[in-house]
This record gives sequence, C-alpha cells and structure tokens, in this order.
Amino acid sequence: MNSYIRKIRKFFLIWDFEKEEDWLNEMSQNGWSLASVGLGTYSFIKADPGEYTIRLHMHSKDDEYLDIMRGSGAEYIGRIGSWVYFKRRAELESFDVFSDLDSKLEHLGSISRFLMIAGGVNLYLGEMNSLGQASRIAWINLVAACFLMYGLGRIHGKAEELKKQRLLHE
Amino acid sequence: MESLSLTESTYYILLCLHEPQHGYGIMQETAYLSKGRVKLAAGTLYGALVAMIEKGWIIQLPYGDNERKKEYKLTAQGIAVLRNEIRRLEELVDNGHKILGGEL
Repeated sequence: MNSYIRKIRKFFLIWDFEKEEDWLNEMSQNGWSLASVGLGTYSFIKADPGEYTIRLHMHSKDDEYLDIMRGSGAEYIGRIGSWVYFKRRAELESFDVFSDLDSKLEHLGSISRFLMIAGGVNLYLGEMNSLGQASRIAWINLVAACFLMYGLGRIHGKAEELKKQRLLHE
Repeated sequence: MESLSLTESTYYILLCLHEPQHGYGIMQETAYLSKGRVKLAAGTLYGALVAMIEKGWIIQLPYGDNERKKEYKLTAQGIAVLRNEIRRLEELVDNGHKILGGEL
C-alpha cells in the first residue's frame, strides 16, 4: 500500500546479534531505515542510503539511559524483550554503544547470564517432565537446553577473543 | 583503598565529575579534555556510572528547580580514588621519562 514502508519477517538467534546488526545496517545502506521492531518482524521506512547507523544491545529499560543516548544524538527505535534498538545519523561521528573492552565484556556477560538461566530452566523442566507423565514434551526442553548451551559457548568464544586483547590493552 | 588501576573511561568520568555534570555533559567534556581521543559511548558511560554509585565514588544529585537531567558529582571517597590514581600515573610517567627520557 505505502511504498515508503516495508515489513520484513526474519529471525536471528540471540548469539548472532552482530549478524542482525550488520543486516539492519545493510538495509540502511540500501535506503531502508529501521522504524520499529517486533518479535521476528522489522519495519523499515524509506531514508537516504546510509543516512542512519543502527545499533542493538541488551539493556534494561531505563529513562536515564535513554536520556544519555538521546543526548548523544541517538534515537530509540524500540525493544524486543531485553534487546534495545537505536539509530543515529551517520553524518555524526561513528556510533558505538560500548567504547572499551571492559564494557563490551560486561555486555557479553549479561547475554551469558540470560542464556544460562534460560538453559537451566529448560534442563530442569526437561528432567521434571521426563519423570512425570509429560515425558513426550521432555525432549523439547532438553533440545532447547542443548541449543541454549551451544549459544552460551558461542558467546563465551567472543568473550575469550576480547579477553585475549585485554591481556595487553585496556 | 583499592590499589587496582582505573580504566581510561573511569578516570575521565571521575575527573569530569569534579563539578556536577549530567550524562551527556560527561561525554562532551571527556572528548574536549582528551582533544577528541577518548569518545565515551553511552553504554560504557552508563555502566560505569551505575558501578561508581554502588562503590560510593559518586552520588546522584537531587533534581534542582530547572533541572530536567540527572546530575552526578564526586564524593570525598571518589576524590581520594582519583588522587591515588594520579599519583600512580605520575609514577608511570616519571619512570618512563627517567629511562627513555633522552630518547623521547
């Protein structure tokens, strides 16, 4: 209906958040700037190619944080669960959410904690269900637990890379 | 008193809070003081502010009459941490000059 708005359905795994960000910035390069987000849906509006840089990260909802972000010229787009999405005009200097190794590691730590809790809950449910009458759905929990643990490993790998850098640098 | 060194971000944030300052003001002043070399990103700054309040190095000031943004300021403990770090940095620089002085 409206040629200035485009909706795309797409799913990314939590530990592929960098791929998600790359894709959103590619869309921006092609003249589609992220306007709103939902679970597995992204809405874009027409913008000048490369007008905006998009950044996403895990963060609690906090007015003070939004204030600091807005002060630095970033616009809040929306959130999916505990993931927040921001954009900033690319003509301003490069837009980063974290500017040192420690805060990048801290961010990966929050993602790890989330995956560990989600994995632990599924493991527990899987065990409970396999003991009870719901043994048919127990395997779903166990597969989910394995999958989340795999994600945890991926995040751990990213963190190890950063820690190697931090041996010599701040 | 902790003997661990501060990160560059922590050091500049503390330094900026010698006078009351709000979040974005800290980002601007850090860039100004370091002549654009240190660019604090919002996520890094926010995480550091939360951690420093917990440690008691800074406090959040009550809102003033025409204030809309939260302001922060160093505490006596924060000043002591900063003084300690400056002494540590001076030692590093002094030794650098002593050993490589002629070649700089």
